[in-house]
Amino acid sequence: MWVLLSSPGAVLPRAARYVHWGVVQISLTNLLIIAAMLAVFVLALLLPFPADRKSERRERSGVQR
Amino acid sequence: MSSADTGAVTGTETGSATGTDTGAPTGAATRSWTVRFRSWLTRAVPEGQWLPDRQPAYVRSWVYVFGVVTLAAFLVVLLSGLVLAVGGAAWWHVSRVGHFVNSTHLWSVQLFFFCMVIHLWGKFFMAAWRGKRALTWITGTVAFVGSIGTAFTGYLSQSNFDSQWISTQAKDGLNSIGVGAYFNVLNPGQMLLWHVMLLPLVVGILVVLHIVLVRRHGVVPPFDAEPPAPIHGVEAPDDGPAAAQASQVPGAQVPPLPAQQSAAAERSEVAR
Repeated sequence: MWVLLSSPGAVLPRAARYVHWGVVQISLTNLLIIAAMLAVFVLALLLPFPADRKSERRERSGVQR
Repeated sequence: MSSADTGAVTGTETGSATGTDTGAPTGAATRSWTVRFRSWLTRAVPEGQWLPDRQPAYVRSWVYVFGVVTLAAFLVVLLSGLVLAVGGAAWWHVSRVGHFVNSTHLWSVQLFFFCMVIHLWGKFFMAAWRGKRALTWITGTVAFVGSIGTAFTGYLSQSNFDSQWISTQAKDGLNSIGVGAYFNVLNPGQMLLWHVMLLPLVVGILVVLHIVLVRRHGVVPPFDAEPPAPIHGVEAPDDGPAAAQASQVPGAQVPPLPAQQSAAAERSEVAR
């Protein structure tokens, strides 16, 4: 109870920051999450997938199985 | 009651009842619902495709990872939600362990949606409904919509100022489309039951269907990839003109004869 009275911020979260762009308004947090999802998606397309050791050995020796 | 009904293994039914015959049941065995159900299951996803230890070579890409990460996050959501349900709606307010489990539930939901959206983007730009995979796409999309409803009722069940704010804001929107009397967001008991029972059941069934369909039709190949060799007993998916063209390019593999299938499947797959 003391915590509640002394620091209401601990119970009531601060108002979120919003980004306004014409009729579009989005909270900064949501915008950053969408940006992170886009970044991860692009990285998933571009980054090479690690090959397992068996595949690497096969590729080096040129043997297909 | 036939011998198949009683579970006895006799006469002509012995072959199919012991699982040695995975083909269509014949004669007296067709009367048994267990035999018919097993036959249907075998046709739905043939043996060896449920938990494969090999995948087509094109699956070796990060973009193919997000579906299974979404599934893993979904399992954590279910398990942490189960523990929260045992503790009760107010448990996480008064217990450190409850708070930890509640946070696990929240963050696994964040991971679930994060990966599901990337999975959705990947499949959309890959036109993953190709090759008779429309139902796979539809079950995934409906599961996504159902997950949003489940998350929404979860936010309403937090029993704090946030849930009060969200419910009072949402009631106007829901009333405006005429569902407020049946889906009352100001009724925490109703919302909690939707969240812990009805919607998880719907999403869970859709996820199971989605996975069965993925296993049945295989993972969708990229546009320029050669489709994997068909497996005996399963209709080969039609991967569209791009895949047909891929099989026409010089050096590309021609569709194999049944006798060549195992060797072809090995060439087109990577070891675990």
